[in-house]
Amino acid sequence: MSTAPPEPRVDLALAREHGLSDAEWERILEILGRTPSFPELGIFSVMWSEHCSYKSSRVHLATLPTEAERQPAGTVGTVLIGPGEGAGAVAIGDGLAAIFKIESHNHPSFVEPTQGAATGVGGILRDVFSMGARPIASLDSIRFGPIEEPKQQMLLRGVVHGIGGYGNSVGVPTVGGETTFHPCYRGNILVNAFNLGLVEADQIFLGQAAGVGNPVLYVGAKTGRDGIHGASLLASAEFGDETEAKRPTVQVGDPFTEKCLIEACLEVMRSGALVGVQDMGAAGLTCSSFEMASRAGTGIEMDLDRVPQRAAGMTPYELLLSESQERMLLVARRGAEESVREVFSRWDLDAVVVGRVTGDGRMRVRWHGATVVDIPVDPVAQSAPRYDRPRRRPADLDERQKLDLASIEPESDPQGALEQLLDAPSLGSRQWVWRQYDSMVLGNTVLGPGGDAALVRVRHEDGRETGRALAASVDCNPRWCWLDPRAGAIAAVAESARNVACTGARPLALTNCLNFGNPEKPEIMWEFAESVRGLGEAARALGTPVISGNVSFYNETAGRPIYPTPTVAVVGLLDDVARHAVSRWPASGLSVVLLGETREELGGSEWLWLRRGREAGLPPAVDLAAERRLQELLADVVASGLVPCAHDVSEGGLAVALAECCFAPEPIGVRVALEPGMRLEALLFGESTGRVLVATRDPAALLARARGAGVAARHIGETGGARLVIGPAVGRSWIDAEVAHLASIWSRALPRRLEEA
Amino acid sequence: MFAVIQFPGSNDDRDTRFALKSALGAEARLVWHKDRELPPGTNGVLLPGGFSYGDYLRCGAMARFSPILGAVRRFADAGGAVLGICNGFQVLCEAGLLPGALLRNAGLDFVCDWIHVRVERAAAPFTSRARPGQVLRLPVKHGDGRFFAEPAELERLEAAGQIALRYCDAEGRASAAANPNGSLADVAGVRNAAGNVMGLMPHPEHAADALTGGTDGLVILGSLVDGARRPR
Repeated sequence: MSTAPPEPRVDLALAREHGLSDAEWERILEILGRTPSFPELGIFSVMWSEHCSYKSSRVHLATLPTEAERQPAGTVGTVLIGPGEGAGAVAIGDGLAAIFKIESHNHPSFVEPTQGAATGVGGILRDVFSMGARPIASLDSIRFGPIEEPKQQMLLRGVVHGIGGYGNSVGVPTVGGETTFHPCYRGNILVNAFNLGLVEADQIFLGQAAGVGNPVLYVGAKTGRDGIHGASLLASAEFGDETEAKRPTVQVGDPFTEKCLIEACLEVMRSGALVGVQDMGAAGLTCSSFEMASRAGTGIEMDLDRVPQRAAGMTPYELLLSESQERMLLVARRGAEESVREVFSRWDLDAVVVGRVTGDGRMRVRWHGATVVDIPVDPVAQSAPRYDRPRRRPADLDERQKLDLASIEPESDPQGALEQLLDAPSLGSRQWVWRQYDSMVLGNTVLGPGGDAALVRVRHEDGRETGRALAASVDCNPRWCWLDPRAGAIAAVAESARNVACTGARPLALTNCLNFGNPEKPEIMWEFAESVRGLGEAARALGTPVISGNVSFYNETAGRPIYPTPTVAVVGLLDDVARHAVSRWPASGLSVVLLGETREELGGSEWLWLRRGREAGLPPAVDLAAERRLQELLADVVASGLVPCAHDVSEGGLAVALAECCFAPEPIGVRVALEPGMRLEALLFGESTGRVLVATRDPAALLARARGAGVAARHIGETGGARLVIGPAVGRSWIDAEVAHLASIWSRALPRRLEEA
Repeated sequence: MFAVIQFPGSNDDRDTRFALKSALGAEARLVWHKDRELPPGTNGVLLPGGFSYGDYLRCGAMARFSPILGAVRRFADAGGAVLGICNGFQVLCEAGLLPGALLRNAGLDFVCDWIHVRVERAAAPFTSRARPGQVLRLPVKHGDGRFFAEPAELERLEAAGQIALRYCDAEGRASAAANPNGSLADVAGVRNAAGNVMGLMPHPEHAADALTGGTDGLVILGSLVDGARRPR
């Protein structure tokens, strides 16, 4: 059928090379009733890759809550678009919707850190603006091996340059994120990019090729040979020794084209000329056209000779599978072709009609006058194989969870421990990272990087104020997930929501990026299933439905998997932006109140790891009902002006959280008295969840409010002076240090290691 | 009415317009880079921050050839007020409307942070709302902001009072730590000999609202609103 230049013989052996299983090959023969052409084989291999089809994860993801608890249409918190589209959407009032998603770009970033991370940012932006939203805030969760190692430093620098280089240039602020280090990421770093966009709720666009006869337009950058099989070979297989040879499968980003594409797309979307839009992301032209046709129950007829090409002599196979960046597929209303082209030409971008929507449910692709692809849409897009893969509880899990506190030597030098914790790469200041990101462009950044959550003001596209703001935070503690995947996932949702609540915002919904090892290993699949179970429980209990997400499997090198890392990003809404809380003491003379309960919990803590060299035990328990009461209380007391400062207690425990509150911008000390009653290291450095430090002028009123809300609260100290003093009572101290001294340790943690290399 | 020039790759164009409008009540219009004339009634021109044409070559090197730059040049030659912010400053230097050049930051990395500048000369149309020596807290966000001029030229600029703003600490003292990019003589902003064209690396439009970090930028934008008038 094909008249392409010499193409390999299509058979089972070639299918296997494409990452397809024998059973999947049989299925293809069954669907087509014949042997596929070479481009057709390529299409099946990418569409049925783990990355595009979620074949190993679907059965589990289906259990997640995707609807708000109560949603009379149109009210705040209504889920307008759930998982399955480019990104999810939730109503935030004033006729607006927040659109957001997080996505992984792990393997490309390990192979080529700068371009890998840059194109990760570019991809998530396209997912958001393809829905008609203007991207207003980016966050990133990035994880590396030990930062003392030169290779990891190279990867960190590369990834930060990639995120900054792309985000800064494209004009979308990077307002927060997390940067952590652990040996499990040495051979497989994680780069998870999150973006939040804003759209008038009645102008949300979907990726659908509706309306038989409507033109299909290709817009944006030209197609080259970059990134072919990024989805199937790079993202859907483990790393081994030949990783370097995969460099050609990484794409190259062009933020300038993306910036023009954003403006041109938003303009043409508002003109009423379009029916559907989709990013050409993983698996490029193939994935976008199949998904768009499948959602609308239509087919598409396409002529590859019309596709703008950067390289000469590209074959149908290459054109269909290229992952060249900054390209979108549009379906316009018939007759609107010219007006679409006009807008794009104003921005000096290609906009070419490459095909038409058909009514027969088939994808027909022509090239040089011959039909090179002719396959039914739905069986490829929707009937991808689904696997309920075998699961097995890891044999060593009991060993991991074993921790006899009695055998752990007590802390004899609390101040030394605090200093060591503040100097830890994963706890020290990340200013070195975020100073390289433009966090201010668009002019809405109320709280930028360095706090618990980012907070951005919500304005309509024309500048009209709403008085509201959106908060967002990305979180996961992989050590906890390794010790107990279900508990770790619950804690990730709880912490992300708590961080959002610390600004005064009410958590609305979440997105997640599930980073795991090889799902064909039963232990990994068990960890995955447990994590998803935990995510679902926590999302239900906290009223934060899952509106989008991404699964990244095969995060392992030479057989060593990463720790389970279900990164969670919660987005919340603050009704009155003028009343928000900051995460540092805003003044001296305020009373400090600890909300939540401190239990004797040291399992999986930073203290246990740094001071005793152990990663063991059960992670701290999460009481989801108490967590929800705490978060609702926070929203109330911030809104009423009672609490101008709130900071989540997390890694490093209470002592580290207190120190962080003292640091910036001008050092302000604090004197704190804590009632003993448990091991000192648990009191100071234990990581019991559901705790927030707040400062207030009226502690009595706050304690009364907390009591009324059923939240444990204790008045523990006063802000002021230049020292951090923590003891059992006034006049006695476990820790008594100059804030400036602690701040310098904390702020040097990362730069000092990068300079020493 | 102010004209905010919109190049492909401009990022702070809308922000500049919002700041003028919401904080100062001044009307501003985005003017497309392919236009050859400024709109009638233009009282001042702002070249915003961003990465014009991607800035894959030298920053601002492409934008100087854009059609609208001819009109901006004529406007400046006639005495109209032209303010270049960040990338706009780079464009004005490339176009020869301002002296000096902006090179890669000394630390090589992009820097986004709040810094301080000292107003070296308080005069219309850009700094009339400032006291001489007043310290302003403004954000910077750039990778190529290191001001450079030949020694003789720098001396001439100093003598002619063309150094408009200098990096300093919160008390107004110059120091290496207070200079975010290694600029020569701590120069953060310069003006032309006639005084009607100014460029600066910090972003006054992002210091126009206490909610998002501060209002010191209104000293500069407000001066422009006070002093801008249609050239003859």
